[in-house]
Order: sequence, then structure tokens, then C-alpha cells
Amino acid sequence: MRVVVDLSRCQGYAQCAFLAPDAFRMHGEEALMYDPNPDDVQREQVLRAAAACPLQAILVDRLEGRQAPAEVSPS
Amino acid sequence: MTSAENLRAFKRDGRIVVVGASLAGLRAAETLRDEGFTGSLTMIGDELGEPYDRPPLSKQVLTGWVPADGTKLPRRREIDAEWLLGVPAGGLDLKTNQVRLADGREIPFDRVLIATGVRARPWFVESEAALDGVFVVRTREHAEGLRRALAAGPRRVLVIGAGFTGSEIASVCRERDIPVTVAELAAAPLVGALGAMIGEVAADMQRAHGVDLKCGVKVTRLEGDAQGRFRRAHFDDGTTIDADVAVVALGGIRNTEWLRDSGLAAGVWGIACDTGCRALTLDGLITDDIFVAGDVARCPNPVYEYRLISLEHWANAVEQAEVAAHNMVSAQADRWPHLSLPVFWSIQFGVNIKSVGVPTFADEVVVTQGSVPDHRFVAAYGYRGRVTAAVSFDNAKWLDHYRQLIETAAPFPPPCPTPDQPADMKPVPVDFPGPALLAQGATVVVTGHDPGERRVTAAQQHHR
Amino acid sequence: MTTTETPDTLRRILDYSSRADPYPLYAELRKTPVAPQEDGGYVISTYRELSDILHNPHLSSDVRNLSHPMESFDQARTPSFINLDPPAHDRLRRLAMRHFGPPHRPGLVTGMEGDLRAVVGGLIDGFEGRERIDIVDDFAYPFPVTVICHLLGVPREDEPRFHGWVDALINSIDYDPKTDPKEKLENGLQARKDLQQYLGGLLEQRHGRPGDDLLSRLANDDGPDGRMTDEEIVATANLLLIAGHETTVNLITNGMLTLLRHPHELRRLRDRPDLVVPLVEELLRYEPPVHIIPWRAAYSDITVGGTVIPKGSRIMLMLASGSRDPKRFHEPDRFDPDRRDNQHLGFGSGIHLCFGGPLARLETQIALTELVRRLQGPRLVADPPPYRPSPVLRGPIHLHVEQTDG
Repeated sequence: MRVVVDLSRCQGYAQCAFLAPDAFRMHGEEALMYDPNPDDVQREQVLRAAAACPLQAILVDRLEGRQAPAEVSPS
Repeated sequence: MTSAENLRAFKRDGRIVVVGASLAGLRAAETLRDEGFTGSLTMIGDELGEPYDRPPLSKQVLTGWVPADGTKLPRRREIDAEWLLGVPAGGLDLKTNQVRLADGREIPFDRVLIATGVRARPWFVESEAALDGVFVVRTREHAEGLRRALAAGPRRVLVIGAGFTGSEIASVCRERDIPVTVAELAAAPLVGALGAMIGEVAADMQRAHGVDLKCGVKVTRLEGDAQGRFRRAHFDDGTTIDADVAVVALGGIRNTEWLRDSGLAAGVWGIACDTGCRALTLDGLITDDIFVAGDVARCPNPVYEYRLISLEHWANAVEQAEVAAHNMVSAQADRWPHLSLPVFWSIQFGVNIKSVGVPTFADEVVVTQGSVPDHRFVAAYGYRGRVTAAVSFDNAKWLDHYRQLIETAAPFPPPCPTPDQPADMKPVPVDFPGPALLAQGATVVVTGHDPGERRVTAAQQHHR
Repeated sequence: MTTTETPDTLRRILDYSSRADPYPLYAELRKTPVAPQEDGGYVISTYRELSDILHNPHLSSDVRNLSHPMESFDQARTPSFINLDPPAHDRLRRLAMRHFGPPHRPGLVTGMEGDLRAVVGGLIDGFEGRERIDIVDDFAYPFPVTVICHLLGVPREDEPRFHGWVDALINSIDYDPKTDPKEKLENGLQARKDLQQYLGGLLEQRHGRPGDDLLSRLANDDGPDGRMTDEEIVATANLLLIAGHETTVNLITNGMLTLLRHPHELRRLRDRPDLVVPLVEELLRYEPPVHIIPWRAAYSDITVGGTVIPKGSRIMLMLASGSRDPKRFHEPDRFDPDRRDNQHLGFGSGIHLCFGGPLARLETQIALTELVRRLQGPRLVADPPPYRPSPVLRGPIHLHVEQTDG
């Protein structure tokens, strides 16, 4: 699954790192590092993390892979 | 037809071309569809593959946690576009409304969005830049190459340039326990963006983490061995350093050369536009059908005396893309201005550095909260007695307050004390080296004498 | 300005008679976003002003910065981090966080999921064959108490002892010298002393005995910030024990009540358990467990919403009102678990954001999913149910539910 965090909004509350520790990790007290492509087995945790973000800064792909190669056809 | 009818027809079956298929281009395309544009949408991009996110490339990817091809951007919605990838745009014809691709194809449009972004500034000697072990970091291929080089266990890495990217890469090296030398022309890291006081803090952080930091030096030559592998760097003070990897982190070059003869106000500082993201011509006329967003857009901000400011910031790219796309399919009265204050972040040495506002638009800086020695603090920047920016080190939760101070032109230094204000709170000169924002030079000359003839043309552009 | 109206509105909100539905009064309060009170205090009730002030570094949580100290506050005791400002707050919160979450212990909460499910399962097993259940006494209270006791290292069998202390303490939070009997305050202060003495006793046994519970860890661990003093550990444990169950009880109970009032959502949740994640966020907005931050202090003059609050003033923050502000939320009085734009104030905001929020979320998600899955045709016995006295930590004192076969 694809994930992006708007780190300009992120204030380092670490709620995501609590709820999906394999996909979101704190680097020190406040800096967030995350896996932009976590494995599907983490889906439940990642969705919990995204919902819990106090800044609503975590975007999870809304197409769930439906955009597949059909849409992107390199010329 | 009335303009309302025109707009409806355009939204129904007009042609929009987006030049630049990265973050700004993608978010603009999604916004266009969200706002009901059902016409044809063409995405032009010089890189192959789907749009991907770049900030992880100098962090998670280099630590080895995330693969370089694992940063594809999540989609907000389907965009039903035609993708023309792998070929850069080569020109723009405002008379015929066509984008010319580098391979000669011509793509007609009714409206176009320019979001061609920035590329890495390469090492200035081509043969040296081509040495095995010399890297820049901008694309995922770059990041993958550097990741492999770091994984191979180099004896030492040399990072040339201690801006944000260079500092982040040095941080990754230390995290991976790789010896690293950072060479910076200025007196300290990050000074160009954040000034001398914060530069000192950044230097302190680097040294505390074991970085061999050399400031005030210039790398003059990269030396390779017989196999064409980078081995040694020479400095202007006559010293050398042996290393297996050199990372050139000297900032970016805006991708505007393809617009050189287009008549748009495009140059090394970006493409000038109004707050609605409509491009300006060299004459300063606003175009109706050409829009700009992202790193190449040079947009006036009233908070900063309407100066044209271009920013290589993630959130700026997204917001400008949304505003530009909205305006492309909206009537005059419904258009939005892009007025949000810039926000920037960098993660290095376990510290979250964030800024709001434009720190280079300042003459003084003062620490308002926290402790500089602990690397946990907020500093406010002021220009002629008002707050214009703020920077936090592991104190991001307070920045919203400073955003308000900036937006309300609150007095600088902030008069009211906070509970954790440093005892010796005193503003100091901000002290930027080199060409600060305030000193950006003209890139055009005015020709003609008659009002009917007077035109602006591009002047010789000097790279600094 | 409606300075003559709002003091009365606040009084009505605090009055027990409006406990079941304070929301219309919040709407009245929001007409004056920053409302000066007769006693010199200020009440803030709108979203924008609340979120502004929660990020304002001139807002203090330290009672010593009030120009008129509160009677209900025992000045002599060591405050916990909830009642401190940076840098003391930051240090203590970091020291506590080392043992509870990221960056040092990131997997603790997710690692508890199995245990949480087991506790929930066991409590619901106990419903079997019973026609009438009290969601509070039979479930929403024992569940988080079991969890927080285990986490802190407080023997579960001591629960009857500290239950009474916590109740008395919570009831004294909103003590008003003008209307409340002095006894309410004294009971609270005595309860605080008893609870502190009890926790101090437990702590004494932990020194030199490393263990996995928070008390043992706080007593024995030395990190980069050093170690908490015993007084600081007791204050922290005290805070976590109270906050760790009083709030979650209300969140779970409010959740069940809300679902029973919205049977369509209850059925949807039964069919699609994953809906519980956004549903709990909506609960935190719509029926949050903490309605009010009863006081903060202006460290220096604070300008918010165009009003200057003078230094030393007492400021009351109506969080639950902010989360129902129509200027921020579309149809705020509608319970809509599918709401996309939901940046609620349920756990506060800024540096004091709820310490245990992630655990409370997980507990509530599991609790509601399982209750909905296993209760047979649940029906509310009384609507509204009877409420606890506190307007601050607001929730039903009992929530009787009957199971039918429908």
C-alpha cells in the first residue's frame, strides 16, 4: 500500500508510531520517518495510524492499487 | 458565447496539458478532476514511471530501510490522463498554444500547467562528475546508486555542500557508522537558509555526531584512479582528503531553459506568476492560459512586500498545484490566491528542524523558547521590527503560534515572555552569506522607446 | 459582547441538570468565542480560538502563574507534567514516554492487543444468560482499570481501595467555592493524599527491583534525562492511574450509548468491524470523554480571537464545544463515522495532547467491536442514562442495556 505523510503539517505527536510501529518510526523525539510502501499485512495498523494523526497529515492511497499500469503507459 | 458558457465548454471537453509529472503535476491533475474537468488531460514527464515522492530519497532510502522504487505517491483519486513519459518538454509556443517535446512532437493545449521542477546541480567539471563514486541525489536512480555505494562500506564519504540535503546525507552516513567529511564554502551548515546563529547550532550537531566538518573551504578537484573511480578530493587550502564516495549537494537548477524563447518571464530564479499561479510574460503581462506550480513557480507574497519568491518546499508544491488547478477551471471571481506561508522541514541527526515563513527575509533572529545547547528551541526571525519567520528544533508544536505572528505582522522581538524563555534572550543579526533573497538581481532589460514598442527581453543570466 | 449572558451559560453548563445534553448550551457559549467572566476568568469555546491558544507558548499549565490561586489546588504537592510548563513538563513527559511509547518503546501498545482482546472477551463472557447488563460496571470500568493496573504495576485486587479515592478526586476537580459544600473539596484533597501514600508505598518496593511495569521501570531506569525523583514518579503514576481509566470508561460508555442511539451505525459496525477506526475518531469529536480543561493560566498577556487576556487570568477551555463548532465542522451535531475532515479536539492539542491516547483508541476500538459483535439485540433501558457528577470528565455513571433476541 502507498502512504505519504505531509511532514510540513506533522508536529511529532508520534500517534502513528504508536499504532503502526513497523511503518512509522520516530527518529529522536520528534522527527518522523516512515515506510512509503508498507506491506499489505500492515494495512490495519496503517489505517489506524492515519486515522489517529492529530494533524490528519497521513494520506493512504485511495485507489488501492487500481491505478495499475493501465493508467501509466510510458511512451 | 458568454464567458460562463465558455468555461462550461472548456471544463467539459477542453484540453489541459501538465508539463512535469511529479508531486505538483500529479496533485494538480487530481484537483482538476475533482473540480469537474472532464476534458483531455495529458501528463508530460522526463522520468519514466509513476510519480514518486522525493524527500525519503535522502533519508529512509539511504539508510536502507526503504527501497528507492518504493516511494511512489499515493493517489487521491483516478485522473484518467494520457501519460507522455521519458521525454522532456523542449519548448512552448504561446501563439499556437503548443508544447513541443524534445523529440519534436507537438502537443496542443487550451490551458497548460508548468511544473517542471528542479534538477540537481551537477559537479562543475564534467569528467570529474562522471567518476565512479561521485553522486548527486535528486531522482530515485540517484538514490539507488548512492544507497548501494553506502551499503558497500566505503572508507569515507565526502559530502560537498552542507545545505539541507548534504546535512541529511551526512546524518545517514553517521547513522550507518560510515566516516564522513562535509565540506562547506560558508562558515557553517545551513547558513544560506537559516543564518549564522542556527548555522552554529547545526555545526555543533554535526560534530557531536562525529562528522568531520570543514567550513570555509572549497573543493577544487575530484581525483580518480586509473579505473575511473573517485579516490581523493582537493581543497582550495591545498589539503586533500581520501574518500570512496563524493556526494555533490550544491542545490538545484530550475528546469526553465526550455522556456527561454517562449516569452514567459522564466529564468534561473523560476517562472514569475501572480498569486493565482498564472504565468507572467517578460513584459509583466499576466497570461490567461499558462499556469505554474511547484519548485519552478516564482510567486509574489504580500507578507514579504509582494516579492517574487520561489520555494523548493513539498507543501508549497502541493498547495500551489491545488490553487493553479482550481484556477484553471474557475471563473475570475471564483479564483483563489496562493497566500499560505512557506513551511519547511528537515530531519537530521535525530532532530526535527522545521521553519515557517521566509527566514532569509530577516535582519535579526532571537531564541524565544527552549534551550539551544539541548538542540530543543524555537527562534523567531524579524525584519524591520516585525516577525517574518521562525525555526524550531524539536519544538514543532509551537510553530502554529509563530505563523500567526507572521501573518499579523506582530512586533519583533516578541515582547511577551514565555515560561521557557532563555535567560539571555537578545536578538542578534541574522547574517546571511552570499546572495540573500533581498538581493536577487534582475534578469531582464527593457527595450524600445514608444509605449507601443516597449518590451522586456531576457538579459544574459549569470550563474552565481 | 454578551458578557451578561455567558457567565450564566457557563453556570448552567456546570450545573448537573445539563449533564445529559450540554451541547445546546455550548452553542450559546460559542456566540462569544472568548468570554470574560465575572470572576475575572475567561472561557474559550470555539474551535479556532481553542486550537490557537493550545499552541500559544504564553498559555501556562502551572497553577503558580494564576494571579488568584485556586482553592481546590494543593500547592504543596509535586505537580505531574499535566500541571507544568516547559522545560519541566517536557523533561518529565519524555521520562515517562521512555517506558510507554516511541521512540524507545514503540511496540508496547500494539503488543498489548492480544491481552486487551482477552480481557474484553472474558468480561463479555460474563454477560451470558443475563438479560440486563450495566455497560459501565460490568465492562467499561473493569476493562481499562485492569489494563492500567497491569501497565503501571498496581495490584488489581487493590482496586476497591483506589476506586473511592479516584471518584472523590474527580468530583473535586470542578469545585466551586460559591456553590459546593466545602466537604467536596476536602474529600478530594484527602483522597489525593491517600492515593499518593498508597502509590508511594508501592514505589518503595520497586527500588532496586527491575521489572516490566511502569513503576518498576521509572524507579530503576536511567536515561539521558536522568531519573525522576520519587515524588515525581508518584505524581506521574497518580496522573496515569486516574487518566488511564476515568477517561476510557467514558469513551467506551459514550460510544456504546451513541451506537445504541444510532442503530444503523451499530448494524454497519457489526457487519464491517474495520469501520470502528473512523468511528472512534468521530466519537472523540461528537461525545468526547474530556469536555473541559478547567483551567490554564495566562503567563503573559495573550491575544486570542481579538481579545487580550491579561497576565495571570484563569482560562477555561471548552474542548467539547470546539469539536462541535459549525465554523469548523460540517453538520457538527450529526454523528457521522464517515466524516473525512475530522481534526477534533478529543485528546486536546499541543504539548499536552493526551499521553495515553493511542492506548485509549485501541481499547475503545476493541471494546466497541466486540460489544457490537456479541451483544444480542441490545436495547437501552433509559435514555438519557444517569450521568456522573463531573462536567469535565463527562459520561454516564450507569448504562443499562437489555439483550433481546432481535
